[in-house]
Amino acid sequence: MVVISDILVQGVQMLLVLLLAPLLTGFVRKIKARLVRRQGASVFQPYRDLLRLLRKEVVLADNASWLFRVTPYITFAAIWVAAALVPTFATGLLFNWTADLIAIVALLGSARFFLALAGMDVGTSFGGIGSSREVMIAALAEPAMLLFVFCMALVAGSTQLSTVANFMASSYVGLRVSLGMAMVALVMVALAENGRIPVDNPATHLELTMVHEAMVLEYSGRHLAMIEFGAFLKLLLYISLIGCVFVPWKIALFGTGPLSYAVGAGIYLVKLAVAGFLLALFETATAKMRVFRVPQFLGAALMLGLLGTLLLFVSRSF
Amino acid sequence: MSSAVVISAVVLQMWCVAGLLAMAALAIALSRSHRATAVVYGATLAICVAALFGSLRWLVGDIANSSDVILPIGLPWLGAHFRLDPLAAFFLVVVNLGGAAASLYGLGYGHHDPAPHRVLAFFPAFLAGMNLVVLADDAFCYLLCWEFMSLVSWALVMAHHREPGNARAGYVYLVMASFGTLALLLAFGLLAGPAGDYGFAAIRAAQHTPYVAALVLILMLLGAGSKAGLVPLHVWLPLAHPAAPSHVSALMSGVMTKVAIYGFIRVVFDLLGQPTWSASVIVLFLGGITAVMGILYAMMEKDLKRLLAYSTIENVGIIFVSLGLALAFQANGLKLPAALAFTAALFHVLNHSFFKSLLFFGAGAVLTSTGERDMDKLGGLIHRMPLTSFVFLVGCVAISALPPFNGFVSEWLIFQAVLQSPQLPQWALKIMVPAVGALLALAAALAAACFVKAFGITFLGRPRSEAAETAQEVDKYSLSAMFILAALCLLAGILPGLVIDALSPITTEILGGRMPIQANEPWLSIVPIAESRSSYNGLLVLVFITISASLAVYFIHRFASHALRRGPAWGCGFSDPTPAAQYSGASFAQPIRRVFGTLVFRARDHVEMPAPGDIRPARLRIELHDLIWEGIYAPLAGAVGFSADRLNRLQFLTIRRYLSLVFATLVTLLLVLAIWS
Repeated sequence: MVVISDILVQGVQMLLVLLLAPLLTGFVRKIKARLVRRQGASVFQPYRDLLRLLRKEVVLADNASWLFRVTPYITFAAIWVAAALVPTFATGLLFNWTADLIAIVALLGSARFFLALAGMDVGTSFGGIGSSREVMIAALAEPAMLLFVFCMALVAGSTQLSTVANFMASSYVGLRVSLGMAMVALVMVALAENGRIPVDNPATHLELTMVHEAMVLEYSGRHLAMIEFGAFLKLLLYISLIGCVFVPWKIALFGTGPLSYAVGAGIYLVKLAVAGFLLALFETATAKMRVFRVPQFLGAALMLGLLGTLLLFVSRSF
Repeated sequence: MSSAVVISAVVLQMWCVAGLLAMAALAIALSRSHRATAVVYGATLAICVAALFGSLRWLVGDIANSSDVILPIGLPWLGAHFRLDPLAAFFLVVVNLGGAAASLYGLGYGHHDPAPHRVLAFFPAFLAGMNLVVLADDAFCYLLCWEFMSLVSWALVMAHHREPGNARAGYVYLVMASFGTLALLLAFGLLAGPAGDYGFAAIRAAQHTPYVAALVLILMLLGAGSKAGLVPLHVWLPLAHPAAPSHVSALMSGVMTKVAIYGFIRVVFDLLGQPTWSASVIVLFLGGITAVMGILYAMMEKDLKRLLAYSTIENVGIIFVSLGLALAFQANGLKLPAALAFTAALFHVLNHSFFKSLLFFGAGAVLTSTGERDMDKLGGLIHRMPLTSFVFLVGCVAISALPPFNGFVSEWLIFQAVLQSPQLPQWALKIMVPAVGALLALAAALAAACFVKAFGITFLGRPRSEAAETAQEVDKYSLSAMFILAALCLLAGILPGLVIDALSPITTEILGGRMPIQANEPWLSIVPIAESRSSYNGLLVLVFITISASLAVYFIHRFASHALRRGPAWGCGFSDPTPAAQYSGASFAQPIRRVFGTLVFRARDHVEMPAPGDIRPARLRIELHDLIWEGIYAPLAGAVGFSADRLNRLQFLTIRRYLSLVFATLVTLLLVLAIWS
């Protein structure tokens, strides 16, 4: 009986991330439009886009292989599993111990690996340019991400996200300079990983500036829908991650009952809205940088992570 | 009863070695026969499987003590000692598994060899040599077997000696191998001390002063490190490994480098006794540099086999980082983290032998069916060779450390060991280990980039040459060898707890500590320290991904449109009719070359633009410098050549001058002796 309810809560979490992800992207787009005084599409537009894509036929390039056709499902599944393992409204769900943060990052790496391969499958230059830039950005983002993990593990003594969230929610942790640095580093990595401004522009189709969009250029119909959905989920995942590590207020403990889950879910929605608003504000206020400025951007994230770690060693306040 | 079983274990291994040597002799006798290939590889396969099961049973069985045998050969007062302990048994598993897979592959691949008799005799002898190095239990025997292994592998490198570049590869290999053996010779000389007891048992029992320990560590880094491919001693490896036939390349990369690592572990962890923390600093540093440099070199490479050889260097770097962590924890008496780091290193040794053999087999399959190693002349092979491309993809995913395959598990364990570093009391290590961890993360991400390139350029896209367009799938033996290894990659990835438990007798023997028993964890999770700290479950990750992918497929196919139309590639409306307009290996590497290469390789792109009106095509030329070769080896070779030229004059003296030279030397030596005392 207990196991069934545990599985149920885990299932709710999986469905929740799935249902919320397009809404978040729609919300960010709406805010961005409003900030530049446009009316903007409805916040539900991403759902309509997905449904429309699902109804359209797939136009497949002549020499596309089986890998091209299975990649959308593999990437979607990998990102979905990763997103389901990040605490959203409650910590300590049944399968949270399946993978810690390092494994979650690696799952996203698997998704990117297959997407980059699919970009090269058809044999057009655009796919190649997108894939090669995507793997470069990943190569720079991963060390920074690891240093963030290191900094966090130093404070909380764990890489298990539920443990970290519980620890951060407890009163032992005050404001710390190194945590601030780690948060900035994580936000920078998140911007790069999600292909947001200033690293990449999710709205552009100007050939020479795009990275992620160039990689998936040959996709259409239901395949494209899966890939777009994966991208929405990834944005939600990173915002949930930042939320559960740095603002874990009111996140429900496992097994505390439906009421506290509901409170947790409500607060989670507020957190998503605030983060989405901040993201839109930042993207509106910033310009996209040249591709070869990205190493400096992510190098700064790496340095912040390293400095945060060193500060923790020096301060010895734990 | 149990002692009889124990003794038969090492004796069984020795009989297998004898069988392999007999196969080598038989191969010489059969060299003109058509059936030689089938007979030799078949018999080697059988012997390796027997040796594999012998050592595996011994490792996972309950027999915890070691067994040895002394043969009345070698030094007259010593004899030849051979011993089987958990560490040796584990490396025997690695050697014989690689040997069995390579033999199975060779059954098919050997038929394509233009000169099989140049390989057949040396192949079993090479396997015998590697088995003997792992079994040896005295310094004399160890060095002899090591040299035997080096020489036989040199003969295999020279198998296709008429191909351009192979003679140079063999020469560089021979020089570096001799240098390595020299370092090992000095190391064992120091270990044996003035008394000169060369048995490992006596060396283990002796007390070594810190100076001797430090010198031995450096000599082992030079000797075993040069064989394993530590930067900057790696220069021979990307030349020699690809030059050999592909199943031998797999053995050299997947197995021989591991035998070198075995030598390092045996001496530094086992024979030297308690390590000092400063030893770990140098191992960590070299390992981190090797990992990043190796994969950056691989990224710049366009020859598929050389790319794989450079990636071997990266993986050796990862293993050395992990060994360095184990040294650091062990020096501070932290048994559990030390066992964690050491287990991670051994796990990665096993994993790398799986996927690197698999990838070299795949490269060999591509080579047999297209005759090409240059990736820029391949492409589109996924349509022509679907099975090979599938297993090669599995190998690429595994080596890129992506879940749920095995490469990820060992790297995850290493990161867990890195996260234990705040327990270390030394400030140098506290600051260094996170930085090395960041280097490892960089190497892992670059490895993923590199294998996207290797698979994408070779197997995806459109064919870039006629050979690639008309490629055929390879034979069943080669395919089954690759499929077995791919299955092992997945199995070790989803059942890591079994491997970790099997490795625990080794950590108990070498470090005196072990990781918690993983078999008791629910759902086959692995938990290195405590569940609240970190845990990973490869099986559940695989199950989850499968379920959610199936759900997605089900819903899409139930509710979404099924329509599918084939058409020309869109490419933003810009159709590029020639396959040459695709991204090539060099263009794929361009972003990473710009970011890292300008510093590491002094990379520059030169654009040669024809004058207006000239119909010559514009050219892009990439300039890369191998700074290690140009900075260390080229000047060294120049100096040796220069002094050899000068000393050459001594060859043409008259007898009077020789006599006076002898006399002068004698007087000088006597004078030195007189002054010294």
